Amino acid sequence: MMNFINLILSGLATGAIYALVAIGFTLLWQTSQTINFAQGEFVMVPAFFVLATLNLGMPLPIALLVGLALSMLVLGVLFKNLLVDPMLRHGVLPLAICTMALSIFLKETVKEVYSAEASPFPSFLPEGNLIFFGANISIQSVSIFVFAICAVLALQAFLARTSTGRQMQATAQNPYVAKLLGVPVERMIMYTFLINAALVALASFLISPVYLAKFSAGETLGLAAFIAAIVGGFNQIRGAIVGGLLLGIVDNLAAAYISTQYRGAVPLFLLIAVILFRPQGLMGRAEERTV
Amino acid sequence: MSRSVILKTFGVLIVGALIFLPLTLNRYGIYIMSLWAIMTIAAMGLNLTLGYAGQVSLAQGAFVGLGAYTVAIMMSAGFGFWLPLLIAIVITFAVGWLLGYPALRVQHHYLAFVTLAFSTLVFLVFRNEEWLTKGIYGIMGFKRPSAFGVSFQKPIEFYYFTLGALVLASAFMAWLVRSPWGRAFVALRENPVRALSLGVDTRRYTLMAFAIGSAMGGFSGALYAPLVEFVDPTPFTLALSLNLLMMVIVGGSGFFFGPFLGAAIGVLLPEWLRFAHGWYLIIYALFVMILLIKTPTGILGIIENMIAARKTRAASAARAAASAGLDKV
Amino acid sequence: MKLFAATLLVSATFVAPALAQTNAPIKIINVGELSGPGATVGTNFKNSADLAVAEINAKGGILGRKIEIVHFDTQTNPGVARALVQKAIDENPYAIMGPGYSGSVKVSAPLAAQAGIAQVMGGEAAELTQLGFNTLFRTSFGQQSSMPKIAKYIAENLKAKNVAVIWVNNDFGKGGRDMVTKELTARGVKVTADISTEAGQADFAADVVKAKSGNPDAIFIYLNEEESARALRELKRQGVTVPLVGETTLIGQKVIELAGDAANGARGHIGLTVDAPNDNLKAYGKKFQEKYNYIPDHNGIKGYLGVYMIKAATEKMGKVDQKGLPDALKGLTILAAKEPGILMDLTIDKNGDLDRDSFLAFVENGKQVVKETLPKMSK
Repeated sequence: MMNFINLILSGLATGAIYALVAIGFTLLWQTSQTINFAQGEFVMVPAFFVLATLNLGMPLPIALLVGLALSMLVLGVLFKNLLVDPMLRHGVLPLAICTMALSIFLKETVKEVYSAEASPFPSFLPEGNLIFFGANISIQSVSIFVFAICAVLALQAFLARTSTGRQMQATAQNPYVAKLLGVPVERMIMYTFLINAALVALASFLISPVYLAKFSAGETLGLAAFIAAIVGGFNQIRGAIVGGLLLGIVDNLAAAYISTQYRGAVPLFLLIAVILFRPQGLMGRAEERTV
Repeated sequence: MSRSVILKTFGVLIVGALIFLPLTLNRYGIYIMSLWAIMTIAAMGLNLTLGYAGQVSLAQGAFVGLGAYTVAIMMSAGFGFWLPLLIAIVITFAVGWLLGYPALRVQHHYLAFVTLAFSTLVFLVFRNEEWLTKGIYGIMGFKRPSAFGVSFQKPIEFYYFTLGALVLASAFMAWLVRSPWGRAFVALRENPVRALSLGVDTRRYTLMAFAIGSAMGGFSGALYAPLVEFVDPTPFTLALSLNLLMMVIVGGSGFFFGPFLGAAIGVLLPEWLRFAHGWYLIIYALFVMILLIKTPTGILGIIENMIAARKTRAASAARAAASAGLDKV
Repeated sequence: MKLFAATLLVSATFVAPALAQTNAPIKIINVGELSGPGATVGTNFKNSADLAVAEINAKGGILGRKIEIVHFDTQTNPGVARALVQKAIDENPYAIMGPGYSGSVKVSAPLAAQAGIAQVMGGEAAELTQLGFNTLFRTSFGQQSSMPKIAKYIAENLKAKNVAVIWVNNDFGKGGRDMVTKELTARGVKVTADISTEAGQADFAADVVKAKSGNPDAIFIYLNEEESARALRELKRQGVTVPLVGETTLIGQKVIELAGDAANGARGHIGLTVDAPNDNLKAYGKKFQEKYNYIPDHNGIKGYLGVYMIKAATEKMGKVDQKGLPDALKGLTILAAKEPGILMDLTIDKNGDLDRDSFLAFVENGKQVVKETLPKMSK
């Protein structure tokens, strides 16, 4: 039983990260039909912004803020203006392929400019363990979980309660109608990219102490978030959360009780089952817009 | 000179270069050219599935792997080359057909996810089922094929062998896309509902597009194994599928010669860029991004647009001239 | 005029080889994993090889000739590795270094053997030196020499009956896992849990749960440095107290830095590390850190050693003889007293395997402490 709780708890912590990254994925898809294959690299990069700032002798809180700002500039504004905008009209695939090239570009650039080594990353969370139902759980995992959930709740509140948030939702649901209703669609799309950049930066700061800052750290994460987004329905924020948490837990249970050699495939079979029997995803609604 | 003459001259030049240029290359250059021919075949298969029939597949790399493993396993067991080649094509055709079933149920990006899952599973099977695939250690010790007493062991010989295979595959594709099947595939891509109402059996053609595309991947893999003379799981990850997808899109999805150009960019360009040492992949990625931003419909798509624009210009110029002529009267 | 230029060009091509005989630089081509999953391995190897070359050139080179080293990136793909070794051979180098992944070594070794060019590589799979390529040389212990020592320690010193094995499911980990399982079984030790992990894995909760479920007397951990650190942390969190045994990748300085307290008590066999009680190794570690600003791992040491092996063999021959190099390397014993760059006394056997001292070390209070020096196998 203790083992089981252990697996669930650590799965939840990992899943919360998947969820954070998957939400951004979902948001970009909703508002701009962007499938971002570089999303994993987007989580890897902010850690290096922070490390570079730390190397200049700045204290950690400042470095984190600088990292967040740079992420929003590079992974938000520049990404949208330079890459997404010119390609948006030409359908989903060319843009998706372009983000694939972007992921190679980001990985190789970090490797060449910074290092191929994994660099330790300072944690702003407390170390140590808590006892929970007889299982030892690290405060770091709990904090990651709490942070991720808070970020998600804040985002939900923002989208539901504020006027900007509602305009963003309108944009996501139907940009044409939103435009007719006087919503500044362009600006709303930009906000989505900024929110995505902030989410990946947060994910980066939370996990880099554990995953370490390394050029290849985004590979598994990007794929996991992608899967989480699909399992959750791809067009629903709460779907992405459920998908992420579920994937984290299933990952652990599959490795512990089914097969360690096939741990990469079991969650995917879950995914196939979901898609075959519920093509609109676990929490998703049927997509009304044609792609 | 008329356009068709230019095109013909250009075609003859390219074909001549493909035949005679490798004679001047060193063994490394010849190897890379063989790899280009092999990847072109795989990309052609994906172009059929994606470009003509409009089904997004992220599993083409897995089919290349299936083909390569079939040939490697059977050749190691002493079956020669030709029977394993045939079996590889049959197996990938059958698996491709089966994988097409989800395509009947889910569409667009969801289909991409199913194929992604398949791709991951195939890699794990290659790696984990040691009794069959020798796992991570890989299979070694099979030779390049020979036919009618001609050996294709030497690099240049094997290059001509792959070039022959490419010609064969191209001829098949050229026949296919002009056949009623090819037109049915395009109808499927452009408007499945309309295709159905026109009496196209969309179910069968969707499965067929998947199966033939996959079998081309298997064919390509069957050539890849004797090229490298070693097969292990690492080349057949999702990365290969994504790379092939990139080749199709960059070259021009739905254009007959798109995969040829795309594979040239995916296989040859990184090699040309090696002078930049550690930076070569960065430059390569940058180049691909800029290329896609400038030509989102692929290189051939842009060329077609340019030609169309020129025709329109010429036509409107002719109209203007004609109306000017009318004015005078 | 054009004709004149062409004549010049043609004569230049014909004259070039003659020049190469005198004192043009000695060309070494390193074919390594500089991108893809093996990038960390390949970059360590490359950086250290560069360091060794710079040192040697600063002291006047080999037999008065400078070394020129070029690096080709295999993208961690055996197919590309084969192409690049072909490319390297086409450029007719004095020796080839790399690749580091055993699969890539296997596919490229026949080419180098055919050309008769020495290939000084980083692969650790046991079979590499048993395939009969007489131009292939290791730069580290093969798994067939390190794993018996570990199995012996687990069976005799720890008196363990049941052992859990946690390994990374790639070319490096699988070889070690197969070899240690064979050696443990031969000594009557049972492997109760056989746990495959993925490279880059972040969450080891399930693996530790599984390891515990077999009630092992010891756990053998064979992962890369970063994953080792994560596994050690998770083992500590779940309160595992049995001995944790591993190789260089479990108890290196880098792991200790990343795992903190959790590394204490871990122990293992180490062939080469920068923390070994040896001044040459320490000096190398310091130089590397000054140049590249991080601690090299054992792959770094391989690259460094490889260059010095080539140097020592060349000096033994007394001439720069490409075809003679493989034979000169075979059976060569290099003493650290004469060639500090070799780090520790070293013998290369006729198969291209290395023989040298190794250590048994523990991590105590965040420091690697060597408990025992294990002598050369041939002694």
